[in-house]
Amino acid sequence: MAAISFQQVSKTYRSKSAHNEVRALSEVSMDIEPGEFFGLLGPNGAGKTTLISILAGLSQATSGRVLVHGHDVVTDYAAARRSLGIVPQELVFDPFFTVREALVIQSGYFGVRGNDAWIDELLHHLGLTDKANANMRQLSGGMKRRVLVAQALVHRPPVIVLDEPTAGVDVELRQTLWHFIARLNKEGHTVLLTTHYLEEAEALCNRIAMLKQGRVVALDRTSALLAGTASTMLRFKMDAPLPASLAAQSRVTGRIVQIKAHDAHEVETVLGVLRAAGCQPEDLEIGRADLEDVFLDIMNGPEVKA
Amino acid sequence: MSAPEHVTPGLLSGTRTLLYKEVLRFWKVSFQTVAAPVLTAVLYLLIFGHALEDHVKVYGTVSYTAFLIPGLVMMSVLQNAFANSSSSLIQSKITGNLVFLLVTPLSHWAWFLAYVGAAIVRGLAVGLGVLLVTLWFAPLTVAQPLWILVFAIAGAALMGALGLVAGLWAEKFDQIAAFQNFIVMPMTFLSGVFYSVHSLPPLWLKVSHLNPFFYMIDGFRHGFFGVSDVSPWTSLAVVGGSLAVVCGLCLHLLRIGYKIRH
Repeated sequence: MAAISFQQVSKTYRSKSAHNEVRALSEVSMDIEPGEFFGLLGPNGAGKTTLISILAGLSQATSGRVLVHGHDVVTDYAAARRSLGIVPQELVFDPFFTVREALVIQSGYFGVRGNDAWIDELLHHLGLTDKANANMRQLSGGMKRRVLVAQALVHRPPVIVLDEPTAGVDVELRQTLWHFIARLNKEGHTVLLTTHYLEEAEALCNRIAMLKQGRVVALDRTSALLAGTASTMLRFKMDAPLPASLAAQSRVTGRIVQIKAHDAHEVETVLGVLRAAGCQPEDLEIGRADLEDVFLDIMNGPEVKA
Repeated sequence: MSAPEHVTPGLLSGTRTLLYKEVLRFWKVSFQTVAAPVLTAVLYLLIFGHALEDHVKVYGTVSYTAFLIPGLVMMSVLQNAFANSSSSLIQSKITGNLVFLLVTPLSHWAWFLAYVGAAIVRGLAVGLGVLLVTLWFAPLTVAQPLWILVFAIAGAALMGALGLVAGLWAEKFDQIAAFQNFIVMPMTFLSGVFYSVHSLPPLWLKVSHLNPFFYMIDGFRHGFFGVSDVSPWTSLAVVGGSLAVVCGLCLHLLRIGYKIRH
């Protein structure tokens, strides 16, 4: 039985005033197996958060169904939600309570009482022990993010859903968080992650789905997606503008230029163009394409018909 | 991470937690949620009592100040029960922390019982505070205490459920304020808190009888004096009917996730 099963899930938003309809999801189907670390990627507006909202019961699908360990999230919502721990994207908190109170209360909502030992363990692993009795208002953004993770895990759900959990947080928290989540995944928990940090997805996820305009446009093992590009990347740093013939096929991030080159001949061709233009690339290296290259290839592919 | 050891699935445990959280929420700011409304009620008593004590006698023998006290107590119960559920829900909606509740297995019944339960607790806490402080200003008899209890609880439940409906419907704080200022406040003030409706002209007497708040306050007052403008059984029927309608509406909106599950 799949840990999470999306079955032809569609979602259409209707605007209040006009008769406009926005199709956020179009017949999304995929299964996430127990114990997987699954990545859900896509640009802003691709439908990732809508899909997770439907899974969590925050939103209702226009058609299709979602099952968590075989429990329908609409007709058998209580069992489905007991199996889920959701870390929301927005940095939300209840200003009336301390960190410990928030965790005890969240635990109680799921019918878990006498949960102090697990709450202490969560506080320890997420570096929150010394903030346990601090009011939520007194915490920094990073600390509030840690509490969100603790709240999602407080009832020990077998399926953990992280909706962009590292957006805007520092390196230390990222490492703490991934270390802890990776440990839970090794212990058998299923993890569904959405993130804009593709290096994180590449490092952590066994399998990845990419959404574009509400449709699944790629779904495979991470290694298969990377192998599928069969490309190498020529990377270098340069201050001068690129020659026009290379600019169209390049990805430029600040001074760093990346150009796809399938073989040695193409590498020589690129270098020849640079030499002819009088460019002087620095720190030149040839490497394998990474998930970001795969992602951009797929996202820059043909438009999806809604 | 093994399975939790002390899981009590079902309605009771989660509902109890949500009730505890809602009570703790208002108790943490009790200066604002309990002490302030008590002070407001005492000011009403001082001002109206001073102005009218020598000019008005109600039910033949009851002094105006003594008449005013149960009205002010019940007005405080009703307004604070409404304020508790409506403000808690709208704050959670606007700040986004309602998500912590939306992802739980709690049913619409659990939400209803916990929010309305906390509204009753706050309403009664404020009402008791007003009663204790105002007793110093006039001796008060308690003729039929059961009526006092029945109308206080039913009134608070009705207003707690109405506050929940308002909190679900509203998308902004000013919509809740409008609900409070243009519906709850006028209906409370025009319900006979400050006067016996029999002192009104016939037209306004009839209008008062269309106001369910009148029956809550009149029935509550009956418990103190053993006399009232209408029979307490009539008041109970109206309050009970209104309570059933508002609770039904509230439960329906919670069940369909009105404006909280999109």
